Formats: sequence, C-alpha cells, structure tokens
Amino acid sequence: MLAFTIRRLLQAILVMLVVALISFTLFRFVGDPVNQMVGVETTPEQREALRELLGLNDPILVQFGRFITKAAQFDFGTSYQFRQPVAELIGRRLPATLELSFVSAVFALLVGIPMGVYTGLHRDSVLSKLFLSISLIGISLPTFFIGILLIFVFAVTLQWLPSFGRGEVVQLGWWSTGLLTWSGIKALILPAITLGLFQMTLIMRLVRSEMLEVIRTDYIKFARARGLRQRSINFRHALKNTLVPVITITGLQLGSIIAFAIITETVFQWPGMGLLFLQSVQNVDIPIMAAYLMLIAFLFVTINLIVDLLYFRVDPRLRVERAAH
Amino acid sequence: MTNATEESAIKQEPRGRSRLSRILDSDIMHSFLRSKITILSAVVTLLFLIGAALAPWIAPHNPFDLASISILDARLPPIGMEYSDPNYLLGTDDQGRDVFSGILYGARISIAVGFLSVFFAAIVGVLLGLIAGYVGGKVDAVIMRVAEVQLTFPAILIALLVDGVARAVFGNLDRERFAFWILVFSIALSFWVQFARTVRGSTLVERNKEYVQAARLIGIPPFLIMIRHVLPNVIGPVLVIATINLGLAIITEATLSFLGVGIPPTQPSLGTLVRIGNDFLFSGEWWIAMFPGCALAVLVLAVNLLGDWLRDALNPKLR
Repeated sequence: MLAFTIRRLLQAILVMLVVALISFTLFRFVGDPVNQMVGVETTPEQREALRELLGLNDPILVQFGRFITKAAQFDFGTSYQFRQPVAELIGRRLPATLELSFVSAVFALLVGIPMGVYTGLHRDSVLSKLFLSISLIGISLPTFFIGILLIFVFAVTLQWLPSFGRGEVVQLGWWSTGLLTWSGIKALILPAITLGLFQMTLIMRLVRSEMLEVIRTDYIKFARARGLRQRSINFRHALKNTLVPVITITGLQLGSIIAFAIITETVFQWPGMGLLFLQSVQNVDIPIMAAYLMLIAFLFVTINLIVDLLYFRVDPRLRVERAAH
Repeated sequence: MTNATEESAIKQEPRGRSRLSRILDSDIMHSFLRSKITILSAVVTLLFLIGAALAPWIAPHNPFDLASISILDARLPPIGMEYSDPNYLLGTDDQGRDVFSGILYGARISIAVGFLSVFFAAIVGVLLGLIAGYVGGKVDAVIMRVAEVQLTFPAILIALLVDGVARAVFGNLDRERFAFWILVFSIALSFWVQFARTVRGSTLVERNKEYVQAARLIGIPPFLIMIRHVLPNVIGPVLVIATINLGLAIITEATLSFLGVGIPPTQPSLGTLVRIGNDFLFSGEWWIAMFPGCALAVLVLAVNLLGDWLRDALNPKLR
C-alpha cells in the first residue's frame, strides 16, 4: 500500500511539473510580459529596469524555479485586463464554480444511480427503454444547447426560474454561498441540471451495465436461494459491487465537471472562474490562463490520486493481487 | 489458347461478382439491414453530408451575399406562424439572412471541421501508437506518459488554451482568418490520444505473431513492417473510434464556436449560429437559435448511433 501510494504521488508530482512547464512557457514566451504591463510612452530604459526588476533577464531555469515557488503559494502576478492580483480574482470566483459543480455532481449521482439500477433490473420494461433513449439524447446534445433549451422552456416561456446570475448570495468569511437564500437556490437549479445531465446519463449507463453483469453471478443466485428479500439482494449485494467503477468514473468526472463549467457558466452568465477563464482567453490575459491551468491540473491530479487510493481500499482483489507479487 | 482464356474468364467472373456480393452478404451488412434505427441514422447522416456538400447549389438563398439580403426581411418567423414569408422556410435572423440556408452552409463548416480534425487526430494517433507498440522501451514510455498527461485534461480545455495561444501569436485579426485551421488543429490535438492507446494495444499483440517475425527475418525495414503488415491488422478499431469521435469533434467545434473562440460570425458554423441566435431568445425570436441547435443535435445523434452500431457490429463477442 505504501509503495503504491508513493509511486502514485511521484507520478502526480511529475504531471504537475509538466503542467507548470507549459504554464511557464505560456507566461514567459507567448507575448512579452513587459509590453503588457507598461504603456506606449514608457522609455526603453524604463522597460529594461522593469525587466531587471521582474527578473526576466535571469537564466531560464532560475526563472522557472521562481515560477514554481510562487505557483506553490498561488502567486501568479497581476491580471493584464483587470490590474488586480490573479489569486484574488480567482479566489473571489472559486466558491461559485465549486458550489455549482458540487450540486450538479450530487444531482447526477442521486438521479443516475437509481435510474441505472432500475434499467438494469427491468431490462425490457417500457420505462427502461424511455430512460435509455433519454440518455442517448442526453449524450448527443451539446451542453450549451441543453442550457439554451432549459432557458427557453423554464425561463422565457414559463418564467419559473431565472436565466442568469447567482441570485442573492450570503458571505461566510471569504466564501460566498447562494445555497442559503431562496433566490440563490432558484438560480442554481437550471445551471446544475445543465452541467449534471451528461454525468447523470454516464452514471446511469455505467450502473446499468454493471448491474446486468453482477446479477448473473453465482453469489446473487446463492443469495436468492437463501431466500433473502429481493430488495436486500438488489441494494446490499448487487449495487455494492457495481460501485467500484462508479466511484472511479464519478471521481474522474468531477474534474471534467469543473472544466465543463466553463460552458454552463457562459450560457447562464454564472460568475464563476470558468467565465473568468473564457474572458481571459478572449483577451489574451496570460496570467489568468496560466493560473487557471495550474489550478485545474492540481484539482485533476488530486482527484485522480484520491480515486486511485479509494479504488485500492474498496476493491480487496487489488490488494490481494499486489500482495501475491 | 482459347481454352486457357475461357478458363481464366470463368475464374475471374465469380471473383468480380463476389466482391459486391461479399459486401452485400457480409455480417456487417446483415446487421445493418436488421436495425431500422441504424438505417435511419445512416440516411440522416447522408442527407446532412449531401446538403452540406451541395449547399451553394441547393440553398434557397446565399446568406453571405450582402446584395441579396435585406434588413427589411429581418426576424421573420418560420412559415406557419403569423407574419411569415413563404420565401423563408425557417424564418430569418436579425440581418435578414435565411435560417435554413444558414444551417446548410453552417453544417458544411461543422462537418468539414469534424472530418478534418478526426482525420488528423487519427493519422497522428495511429502513427504514434504503432511506433510506441512496435518499438517499445523508452519511446513507448515517453509517448504513453505524454498521452496520460493529456488525458487528464478535457478536450475543450486544451482547445481553449490553443486558441488563447493562437490569439497571442497571430493577433485577433489574423486569428479570424486562420480560425478554421486553428480549430481543426486544436481539436485534432486533443483527440489523438485515444487512437494512440488503442493502436498501441493491438500492436503489442500483433508484433509477436509469426508473420511479423517472418517479415523481420527477411530484412524488411521496421517502418515498412509497421505500415504494410501491422497496420492493416490493427485498423479495425480505429474506424470505430473515428466514427464515435466524429460526433464528439462536431460537438467540440460547436461548443467552441458558441463560446466565441471558434469560427467567427462572418462564416458561421452551426455553433456560431446558435451563439448569434442566443441573443434573441428573450425577445421571442426563438427560431434563430433553436433550428441550428436542433440540426446540430440531430446530426450528432445520427453519427453517434452509427458509431454505436459499428462498434457492436465489429465486436465479435456480441455476434
């Protein structure tokens, strides 16, 4: 277990270093950082002084080392377009994105798993076929179009829910939450469904195919022969064994939920970091791009690491296999 | 002499006939004809392809010809609604451009980006996969590590980054001119990994087989062995991945264009059309966004269904 953990940790650090290198290259070589910071009337001497001050004349390796040290403290300098520290800008937007991602992941799990169990157990029922057709459409519809459809139906035509923004937010220290006000919750519903729909269909299909396989196994037949109640067989014995891949996929999808939030945030004008990142791409605001890249990579790598270790804990076969070697 | 020619004619005749009949009689054709949904999605895909290819000839209007569009025709609803104009089947947008023609021209760009990016991704992925699997060792380790690192990032994020870099390098004006190729490049860049991993897997199996050993023994250079001998045996799954990725590539293109970092509005793709129409959703002109969006959804759904079917049909376990 320890050797496995250490190896995975080293791999994670390697990935982070590679991403840091890409971020650094972006920051240092795409466009001239000095040009972005000063006006037209700045003299060459002043520019040179600024270069010296920023350390842009040092050897590249030294600069890279400094970049990593600063990145570890989440110091990415000043945004070109807002003239504010990048860390502050992202920090202010982070709660909105994390709240949206979390709620949509919960939605995907709470709806996806029961649907998957149902379609797995009742293969040929009409409802199962309906669920499966919906899931196929859910996978084929682009996220942004789902968002627009939902806005069109629930915000424009029915006028039940707001179509943009976060509603009223409550400040808890540095964290701003929309979950404590009625308008905040109402504003969250459509974006969360839009973001979670793809994951929901994925989880449903996964649970379904795992259920189909598990139900054929001997130990389920044995449980049935023992006269256990069907409900207890389905949920205690069968579902439990389908959960390993579900944990993996959900974990891995958590990362892409945060990335796909870019689209949802654009459709609903949700003031999160995805929207900030998109603006920074359109305005070539390299410090924000670099910081966002590092942050997402860090989230991905951490989640992957946790999922791998969880896998190890949940599936005893993996441990036995390793012990045998 | 006559006997010989007659004999060869007899031998050739069934061979020539059998190629067609072999296709018609194959398992794949049977499974194709058995599934109504597959036939339907093939027809829909084909209609889209034809419509996109022939857009300049069959579209009722040319949405890019500034002389032929009139601002007086702006925001007309689709036929069947009040104030509609029979000239404009699906209505017009804010500048008086015909929505239906816009969809035909837009599908042309969407499909072109989809095909080209999958094509390049497949070439790069298959080559790297072949090399990784056949050569092995350090080369394999490096290629696969790169693939793994890239796999941790969603395609859309990579494409966005590439676009940001392109803006910084080219400047905003030049970027619009190259937007099409930047888009193809960034989507291809984020899609090659799956091809490489699959091809590497099957190459690892193939390279220890006797025909490869025989080819090596008679001194054929490794590159030729990879291309001529190994490649034909590992290409099957590539076709399936390509079909499934085609749908994904079209979605990715549409999404990027919708976000405003893809194809510019001067030459709109389906995603750009939805972006344009999105601004008019609240003022009641729903058709400007909804029709291109639905066209996109139907196209992707049909391609995905074809991909699903192809995967099952080529999988011997399911036969």
